[in-house]
Amino acid sequence: MADEIRRMTAELARDPASLVFLQLGDALRLQGQLDAAARVARSGLERYPDRPDALDLYARVLADAGNRRAARETWERILTLAPRHVGALKGLAYLAYRERDYDAALDLLEMALSEDPADQAVVLALQTARAAAERQDAEFRVRTGADIFAGIEGADHAILLLDARGLVLGGVLRDLRGLVVSEAVAAYVAGAAQEAERAARVLELGAWQTLECEGTEGHLHVSPPASDTILLVQRDRAVPAGRVALLARRAAAAARAWLEAQAG
Amino acid sequence: MKPERLHPALDRITRVRGVRGAMVVSAEDGLVVADALMEGIRGNAVAALAGSLAARLARAGAAAAAGEQRFVHLAADGGALLLLPGADGLLVVAVTDQHVNVGLARLEMQRAAEDIA
Repeated sequence: MADEIRRMTAELARDPASLVFLQLGDALRLQGQLDAAARVARSGLERYPDRPDALDLYARVLADAGNRRAARETWERILTLAPRHVGALKGLAYLAYRERDYDAALDLLEMALSEDPADQAVVLALQTARAAAERQDAEFRVRTGADIFAGIEGADHAILLLDARGLVLGGVLRDLRGLVVSEAVAAYVAGAAQEAERAARVLELGAWQTLECEGTEGHLHVSPPASDTILLVQRDRAVPAGRVALLARRAAAAARAWLEAQAG
Repeated sequence: MKPERLHPALDRITRVRGVRGAMVVSAEDGLVVADALMEGIRGNAVAALAGSLAARLARAGAAAAAGEQRFVHLAADGGALLLLPGADGLLVVAVTDQHVNVGLARLEMQRAAEDIA
């Protein structure tokens, strides 16, 4: 590589208008000689200020030097000159990836791949970005409680975990039309749970375990899976009350596991 | 409502093993209409709490599209409170220990609700 750099340096000295500065700058960048690479890139840009490849070289040097803002501006400028420039698309995708904006990174990489389907670097970058996006999505679902009840019957419409104040912690409840009614129901259920706790205490029945309500259209099963939390399981009236209780026990175990994971 | 049938109906509920007392309560204001309670059970407290619990659950049920209440079972470590809405805004209530056969108690509560309607 050193010989190659010397050869290209000599060639550029002989012919300052040569485009060899593009390869020389990149070689210096890959060697970690960022100051030298930046000098070569700036020198080339003085001669070819609107050449996308020269701007791309300079942006890559800037990005490697940690100056992401200037790198972004430079790559964005390239796209005003050449809207589907693969180097600029890859560069902006890299910046988006570093900022954990994986959706943007994927969009940019897919655009780059459509421009050059044989670019293996883009294919690999796409795989990496997709894996990161999936990990991020999984983290989000765990953090927000969207998956607390995954695998339990009714998880996507009939199980709700809330705190003692009636605020939803996870799960979702839909009415017969499919509309999400989680927040309204959570507020009322918290009130009913408070009343259940009070009734059990005043009547000296001990700690309350479950509150089951059979309705003409469906069953509600309310229980405290852990302190300061309330679980609601709703099933339609065709489901026997015993089966609802069974589902509620499974959902309570899932809720406790999720709450422990949150505490950890 | 048929007042002459209130006490016989409540007595049948209390004959179920594990039932410590039964009452008929006005659901709207939580007041006792008739009772058959074991000693130590505070009828006024049971009535008020039963009325309040039924009302709160009814609001939750309405929001969750569960329809009208048919039966409520509050289970606790040491017993249970059972509620069954009847006609004319009345609520049949039973206080039980933890060993009660809830299904049997419910049947008698249902009969009581029908008898006094």
